[in-house]
Amino acid sequence: MSATATSTSDVALYALRLGDDALILAQRLGEWSSMAPELEEDIALTNIALDLLGQARFLLTLAGELEGSGRDEDELAFGRGEREFYNCLLVEQPNVDFAHTIARQLLFSTYQLALYEPLTGSADSGLAGIAAKAVKEVAYHRDHAVKWSLRLGDGTAASHSRMQDAIERLWPYTHELFESDELVERLAVGGVAVNPAGLCDSWGQFIGATLGEATVTVPETSWRPSGGRRGEHTEAFGHMLAEMQWLHRSHPGASW
Amino acid sequence: MASPIAPGRQLVSATMLTVDQLAATIGDIADPEIPVLTLSDLGILRGIDLAADGHLVVRITPTYSGCPAIDPIRREVERVVEELGPPDAEVRMELSPPWSTDWMSDDGRRKLLDYGIAPPDPAAEPGCALLSMPARCPRCESEDTREVSRFGSTPCQAQHVCNACLEPFDRFKTLR
Ligand SMILES: [Zn+2]
Repeated sequence: MSATATSTSDVALYALRLGDDALILAQRLGEWSSMAPELEEDIALTNIALDLLGQARFLLTLAGELEGSGRDEDELAFGRGEREFYNCLLVEQPNVDFAHTIARQLLFSTYQLALYEPLTGSADSGLAGIAAKAVKEVAYHRDHAVKWSLRLGDGTAASHSRMQDAIERLWPYTHELFESDELVERLAVGGVAVNPAGLCDSWGQFIGATLGEATVTVPETSWRPSGGRRGEHTEAFGHMLAEMQWLHRSHPGASW
Repeated sequence: MASPIAPGRQLVSATMLTVDQLAATIGDIADPEIPVLTLSDLGILRGIDLAADGHLVVRITPTYSGCPAIDPIRREVERVVEELGPPDAEVRMELSPPWSTDWMSDDGRRKLLDYGIAPPDPAAEPGCALLSMPARCPRCESEDTREVSRFGSTPCQAQHVCNACLEPFDRFKTLR
């Protein structure tokens, strides 16, 4: 093995981070089930949630296998505490309203697509395979988010102001997406991970152009909350996790 | 040292099926969500490998990452393999290369249309970029149709409506 040989536990943790992003966003989108503003959107948001849940299952299963301590996808999804989740803070932000949900979709799916495209060439064949499968789905999610961002932002005075508010509230959480750390840097050297710092410019261009067309102003903020990758989350996360996990924790091992 | 296994080779099994016969039986399993389609119509049975020591591996692939049908499909394949295959056979999920609608058979496309679901675009010719074609109404065959929503009752479908006969219908989305 070469000097840049990657450690299995590094790859496991990286897969867990990606899997947690997908799992937590799937859970948030699932909260729209039967509650979206129109039937087509109810179906759209829950279909997107389903794609993300599928991606999360592959990634958590891979993480569990690499970890080698016998944890499967369910154990990882339902058996970990709040501080053991490594998703970015953006995906755990509450739905608030449809505009917030669309804004979160636009910001995250643009990032996920930019990340997964190069990840299809990962030196880890497991990650590369999952990314190649997911990238087509994520491109579809981004199209959906762009369409609605334009419709809301460049729509009525009421929809415009909701879209503008949503972007202002969520914008600070986007900085964290492009933060790197020792784990990612080690894995990027070995060609396993994609260093997100390099994705910031193309992401910014796409988001800037879309929001510009949607007549939404990109806010200037100096607040840059971060910590998700270290297991430090925002207040809303614990509540969401309690709802996601209570059934499994109340009836361990139950099936139907 | 391992020699490739001829597809017609007999399995070590009380039923004395060949790999081809087992593949045909698995290929005939119906999709639980769109039951007119079989696994072989969908193109999600990737292959069956029989090792020299008799170990059998069936490889299947999901359509979409989150397709809820894949778990019941996998259980049904496992049931068939347990019943007809050699002991300790394995069913494996294979993600690469990712599935696309180009894997769907012509037979499958025809069955979808008869069932009232507009099929995806025909498989792309190698080296030829295909433009997406308008969905054709499964009821009156008009091409004057519009997309109502890019998402539908299953991950693989979108909702359309026919401007000519006004019938709403599902379309199996083209995925490449
Ligand atoms: Zn018609």
